[in-house]
Amino acid sequence: MAISRNLKALTLAYALLGIAALFVGALFGPLQALDHARIDTYPYLRMLLPFVKSYYMGLSLHGILNALIWTFSFTAGFLLFVTAKALKREYPRMWMPWLSFALMVVGLLCTAYALLTNQASVLYTFYPPLQGPPIFYFGLVLVVVSTWVVALSLISIYRAWRKEHPGERTPLPAFMSLATYVMWFIASLGVAAEVLVLILPWSLGWVQYTDPQLARTLFWYTGHPLVYFWLLPAYVAWYVILPKRVGGKLFSDPLARLVFLLFVLMSTPVGFHHQYTDPGVPAGWKAVHAVFTFLLFIPSMLTAFTVIASIEHGGRKRGGKGTFGWLRTLPWNDPVAVTMMLAGIGFMFGGIGGLVNASYNINLVVHNTSFIPGHFHLTVGTAVTLTFMGLTYWLWPQLTGRRIISDKLAVIQAWVWFVGVMIFARGMHWAGLMGFPRRVSMSAANYWLEEWNAPAMMTAVGGSIMYIGALLFFFIVVASFFTKRVTVDEEEYAFAEALSQADRAPALFERWSVWVGAAVVLILFAYGPYLLTYTYNFISPGFSGIW
Amino acid sequence: MHVHRYEQAWFYFTLGLLIVFFSAVMTAALAFGVNVPSPQGVVNPNDLSTTDFAEPGVRQLSDTVYEAYVVGRMWQWDPAEIRIPAGAHLKLYITSSDVQHGFKVMGTSLNIMVVPGQVSLATHTFDEPGEYLVICHEYCGIGHPQMSAKIIVEPVQEP
Ligand code: HEM
Ligand SMILES: [Cu+2]
Ligand SMILES: [Cu+2]
Repeated sequence: MAISRNLKALTLAYALLGIAALFVGALFGPLQALDHARIDTYPYLRMLLPFVKSYYMGLSLHGILNALIWTFSFTAGFLLFVTAKALKREYPRMWMPWLSFALMVVGLLCTAYALLTNQASVLYTFYPPLQGPPIFYFGLVLVVVSTWVVALSLISIYRAWRKEHPGERTPLPAFMSLATYVMWFIASLGVAAEVLVLILPWSLGWVQYTDPQLARTLFWYTGHPLVYFWLLPAYVAWYVILPKRVGGKLFSDPLARLVFLLFVLMSTPVGFHHQYTDPGVPAGWKAVHAVFTFLLFIPSMLTAFTVIASIEHGGRKRGGKGTFGWLRTLPWNDPVAVTMMLAGIGFMFGGIGGLVNASYNINLVVHNTSFIPGHFHLTVGTAVTLTFMGLTYWLWPQLTGRRIISDKLAVIQAWVWFVGVMIFARGMHWAGLMGFPRRVSMSAANYWLEEWNAPAMMTAVGGSIMYIGALLFFFIVVASFFTKRVTVDEEEYAFAEALSQADRAPALFERWSVWVGAAVVLILFAYGPYLLTYTYNFISPGFSGIW
Repeated sequence: MHVHRYEQAWFYFTLGLLIVFFSAVMTAALAFGVNVPSPQGVVNPNDLSTTDFAEPGVRQLSDTVYEAYVVGRMWQWDPAEIRIPAGAHLKLYITSSDVQHGFKVMGTSLNIMVVPGQVSLATHTFDEPGEYLVICHEYCGIGHPQMSAKIIVEPVQEP
């Protein structure tokens, strides 16, 4: 069955909304990177865009537009699309996913208004008692509600499909999409509570004081699983699209399911690993979350294994021999495959750095240093972003009926980004180990250490190269509206088949209530006793206009 | 569910890696005494005058033990300079009178969030004389990049 025009239009709308957000958000990236080397470009930027008041207004836009809007929008479009494609049926109520899109647009407009008028330069973590205007938080609420409506849309199509196919295994791409949004729904309740209960009434002036420590805890309840909400759509692509593109098969379907279920189960009870240095959380509970965090490393390592094994299978089928010969025979001229493979390599480095961050007291060395943004530009900034760029190339012919302007240029685009981020991240990690703080506009700082010179320069150079990669991507997208129409070969865009197939997965994998129930139990264990014994302390009035 | 031989090997490799990191954590905690902070009570940031933070500064508790009360406010640390002799064991109590800040001492493992309403405690023994740069590492408004201070560790003359 072909995808309906309506769904194609929605997917394209979501992808373009995300790309537009990235277009604005990424603009500040190289400027921040240059600022790390104490090169202040903001006066020049203001000649073009006079409303950019400060480094921090830019950084707030950079964080929110890139890490929230680009990722959430693209994910919604992509997973709505692959789910329908895998289930081979329509959404029972198409107005639902469209409603989610409308909510996302309105939410973005509200948030962007507050950001662009410099009323909400509170960064994407908006830690109270920094206080933005109510419309800023209201916009964020709509953005999150939009993701919930996507979740409901996925559930509704799944249930319709289930009625028609009792007892069957859910096709893998649909299973993964559903798991992603189930995980995210559970995870988003923390920030929903933070904004709706603590912050909005306080920002509206209905209550005078709030509790900053409690707000941090609720924020990070969502903040870590947010990472998996970014990442899992990229995993979907690596599991069911990449193997196909390299001419191989997915190594194991049941293992892929297990990985996603482990994320549903364990993504959330780990938030304290972002609060190792918080005064208001007992060390014992931090240790509990540290152990869970280590366990959460396992499904990502299983993913690395399955993905590499699937790629190797492809390389060998294309004639690659010997221990590494299969690498050479991979389709290095296919932008979809190249973006995703480079994304995967970036992610391996990101994973190792992530282990350092997770390591309890060792985290003290890197907490709030440039090591952290160095780390997540490898993960969300590359593993996810580069994969989504590749997905844009994968989706384009299916959505528009047109080829992208040039495969060759797209391959170059991926390499430019990859080389850029490797230099950039190396600089950021290195400087961070020598204490270089994050979120400091260095051209305005009253301190500097000489040993930061070299890594800061790497950051500046690498960040600028990344941005060239971003510009190439935007060019390809715009130019590809004007290419010749083609008929899409369905087989080329089919999902990868599996070597070890779905029917080998235990039936328990389809029992959502069991997995969600277990996840809730773990969360109650990880947060319940803490929240019952915590000394609530509502003492902070809001601070605004201090930026 | 069928699990391939290589998958099992990989799984054990993953476990091994986790054990390595876990050991590093334990070594840091037990051999080097590096630990993460725990709650030290709450205060009212709008009125610190009735607390130990009323007069920020350093106090000597015994021969080698010093304690310092530090208040972070937009955009400076109070006191902006702490002097102790080499070998001093310093207990730093820190809080904020306005927004969140972060307290990081370069060249040491001292790194702690400063959250209004909460008291942060960080301890460290300063054996090496010299000037240690202290910076604020949590965004606290436009003056954040200028929020730095010093800990000066003075060499001790042998009598
Ligand atoms: C175009 C290439 C990019 C460059 C050169 C770049 C550069 C930077 C730099 C230097 C920082 C640190 C700022 C500071 O701590 O003061 C930063 C922060 C950040 N970046 Fe990027 N970035 C880029 C793209 C991206 C992308 C694609 C994403 C996510 C999808 C992203 C997400 C973030 C986030 C979440 C932060 C943290 C903001 C905060 O601390 O509040 N960046 N970026
Ligand atoms: Cu995390
Ligand atoms: Cu600060």
